[in-house]
Amino acid sequence: MRRGMLLILAAFCCSLAAPALAASEARHPHPQAWSFAKPLGTFDQASVQRGYQVYEEVCSACHSLSALSYRNLGDKGGPFAAYRAKNHETGAEEVRIGPSAHGGKFISPNDNPAVKAIAAKFDVSEIDGTTGDIVQRPARPADRFASPFVNEAAARAANGGAYPPDLSVITRARHGGADYIYALLTGYGEAPPPGVEEVPGKHYNPYFRGGWVAMAPQLTPDRVSFTDGSPSTPDQMARDVASFLEWAGDPKAELRKKMGVAVLGYLLALTLLLFFAYRQIWRGEKH
Amino acid sequence: MSGPSTYVPGSAFERWLDQRLPIMRLAHDSFLAFPTPRNLNYWYTFGGILSFALVVQIVTGIVLAMHYVPSISGAFASVQRIERDVPFGWLVQNIHSVGASMFFLAVYIHMLRGLYYGSYKAPREILWILGVVIYLLMMATAFMGYVLPWGQMSFWGATVITNLFSAIPVVGDPIKLWLLGGFATDNATLNRFFSLHYLLPFMIFGVVVLHIWALHVPGNNNPLGVDVKSPADTVPFHPYYTVKDAFAMAVFVLLFAAFVFYAPDSLGHPDNLIPANPLVTPAEIVPEWYLLPFYAILRAIPDKLGGVLAMFGSIGVLFILPWLDTSKVRSMRFRPLARWGFVLFVGVCLALGWCGGQLPDKAVYQSGRYVQTFEYRTAAGAIATGAISARTSAELERRAHAEEARIGAAMITMHASVAPFQIKVVQLSQMLTLYYFGFFLLLLPILGLIERPGRVPDTIAKAVLKDAATAERSA
Repeated sequence: MRRGMLLILAAFCCSLAAPALAASEARHPHPQAWSFAKPLGTFDQASVQRGYQVYEEVCSACHSLSALSYRNLGDKGGPFAAYRAKNHETGAEEVRIGPSAHGGKFISPNDNPAVKAIAAKFDVSEIDGTTGDIVQRPARPADRFASPFVNEAAARAANGGAYPPDLSVITRARHGGADYIYALLTGYGEAPPPGVEEVPGKHYNPYFRGGWVAMAPQLTPDRVSFTDGSPSTPDQMARDVASFLEWAGDPKAELRKKMGVAVLGYLLALTLLLFFAYRQIWRGEKH
Repeated sequence: MSGPSTYVPGSAFERWLDQRLPIMRLAHDSFLAFPTPRNLNYWYTFGGILSFALVVQIVTGIVLAMHYVPSISGAFASVQRIERDVPFGWLVQNIHSVGASMFFLAVYIHMLRGLYYGSYKAPREILWILGVVIYLLMMATAFMGYVLPWGQMSFWGATVITNLFSAIPVVGDPIKLWLLGGFATDNATLNRFFSLHYLLPFMIFGVVVLHIWALHVPGNNNPLGVDVKSPADTVPFHPYYTVKDAFAMAVFVLLFAAFVFYAPDSLGHPDNLIPANPLVTPAEIVPEWYLLPFYAILRAIPDKLGGVLAMFGSIGVLFILPWLDTSKVRSMRFRPLARWGFVLFVGVCLALGWCGGQLPDKAVYQSGRYVQTFEYRTAAGAIATGAISARTSAELERRAHAEEARIGAAMITMHASVAPFQIKVVQLSQMLTLYYFGFFLLLLPILGLIERPGRVPDTIAKAVLKDAATAERSA
C-alpha cells in the first residue's frame, strides 16, 4: 500500500513538475490537404479502400482494430458499401462496391460479397458447443477484427517490450490526428540532432514523442501492390492508411456533418423567428 | 410567491383541482404572471439556459447509462460501441460530453452576472449560497463523469484528485480510501463514480428547485440593483421573459450544435481516447477546461495541503461573499472602483485557466538566454574558454553535449550554467491567486467603505423611461 501511494504521489509530482518532458517534445506534423478536413468534407473512399489494404497487409501484423467489426467496412458510408444496381448497357443487375454515385439498393453488410471475402481471410476462435474446445473458424462479417496477439503480454513479447497500440481511434487519440499518422509514417530516415543519445533497438522519428519509436519504418516502396493500380509509394500508402484510420476512428463523421447542416439551418430559422416574436411582444414596453 | 395570487381557475375541473392540489396556481404564479423587473438584459437569460442544460444532461445521460458498461474491462469499449453501433449513439454521446462544457460556460456567465449586479446581497443571500451549492455539485458530477469513459485522463485525473484528499491531516487517508473503494483507482472506484454520477444530477435538480423558490420570494434582482417598488417596474414573466429567454436559448443551442456536429472532440483531451493504463503516466495530467482555474490555484501553492486548502477555499469564499461585500449599492454599474476590480477579476480567472493548462515551469517571461561557459584544451595544448547560449535549458544541454562530442569529453570542463531571469507559470499563478482571494477578502470589504458610488435611480420605471427618452432624442 505504501508503495502504491508513493507511486501515486510520484505521478502527482510528475504532473506538477514535468519540465523534463520539454526536451522530448515532438515536432509538429505538417497539415495535409485531406478531403475530410473541411467542415463539410467527405472521405475519399478510393483512398480509404487502399488504406484498408495497407492496414490489412502491413499494420495488422502488429496493430489491432478492436472497436471495428468486418461488417463496418460495408456500412453505409464505409469503404466497401455495396449497392445492387442495373447496368444501363446490358440491363443486368450487378453489385457495385464503393460509394454509390447513381443510387441502387444498399446491400446489408452481412450479405456484402466484398466484406464476406475480407472476413473469410481471417481466422477467429470460438468455443465448440459440443466439445467445449476452442476451435478456429473463418471470420464472418459480424465478427470483430481479428487481433494479431492474444493479449498485451504476447504483443510486448513479440515487439521487444513495446506495445503496438490499438488503432480503432488512433487519429482522435493523438494531437494532429491524420496529419500525425501521415507524418509519423513518412518521418523516418532523419539523423537525430547532435547530442541526442541513440536508443538501441529503436528508430529515430522526430514526430514521435521522445524521438525514438519501437516501430521500424514499414512503408517501403512497393510494400503493397494496390488493386486499383495506384503507385505504391511510401507517401501514397501513408496518405491512404491515414485516411482509412480517420474513417475507422470516426465512421459517422459524414453523417454527423450532413445532419449538422440541417440542424443548424433549422435552429437558425427558429432563432430568427424567436427574435421577431421577441421584438413583436416587447414592442409597446419600455425596457 | 411574491404578492397575492392572481390565478383564476378557467374551468370546473381546474376549480376542482385547485381546491385539492393547487399545482396550476403554483405554475401560473411562478412562471406566467410572476412580476419580473422590466429591465433585465441578456445576461439574465442564463438561468433559463442552465435549466435547459441540466435537462439535456439528464436525458442524454439516462440514455447513455442504458448502454454504458461500468467496469474497467468494458467501459472504454462500451463508449466506442455507443458511438458506432447504438442508433444515434454518437449524437447522444456528443451532446452529453459537449453539454458538460456548455453547462459550465453558462454557469460561469450566470455567476459572474450575479457578482456584477450584486445579486448575492440582502435579501438574496440564500439564493446565492444555493447557487454555489449547485456549482459544487456540478463540479463533482462533471469530474466523476469524466472518469467513466476510462481513458488515460479519466484514470489519472481520478487518481490525482482523490489523492488530494490524503493531504488532509488525520482523516485524509481514510477519506481517500473511501472515495477510491480500495488502495488504488480500480473497478470499485469506477463503479461508485458511476453510481454517484447518476445520483448527483438529481440532487442538483432538487437544489435548483430550492434555488428557484429562493428566487421567487424576493423576486429577480436587475441590472440597476434597485428593488421593485411598483407594478410599473415589472412585466409579467409570460410572455415577456418566456420569449426573451427562448430567443437567447436558441442562440445558445446554435453554439451548442456547432460543437456537437463540427467539433465534438475539440473540448476534450486526445489522451482520453487512449484506454486507461495504470502503468503509464500521461505526459501531462490536465482536467477539463472548466476546472483549469482551480487546478492552477492548487499548483500555485508549493505545499500540498496548502494547495488543497487554497483550491477548496477559492470556492468556499463564495459562500461568505454576501457578508464580505460591505457596499450598500448592489449593481456595480454605480460602483466606479468595484467595477474595475470586477473586470480585472474576470481577466484573472481567464489567466488562471490558461495557467492551469500549462506546465508549471514554463517561462511566461524571460529576460535573456541560458549561458554556459567552459574551458577546453586546444589541439596545440593551450587552454581556451568558450561559451554557448540557448533559449531553453534543454536546448542548452543539447548544445553542451554536442560541444563535448566535438571537442572530446576528456578535454573539456563545463562550468555551471547561468539561467536568465524568468517568470514561470507557477509564479504567475501565485500572483493571480493572490488577486483572486484579494478581490473577495480585501477589495470588496474595503471598497464598500471608501468608494463613492454614483447616483442610483429611484425606481426601475423612472430609469427605463429616462433611457428611452434619451434614446428617442438621439434618434
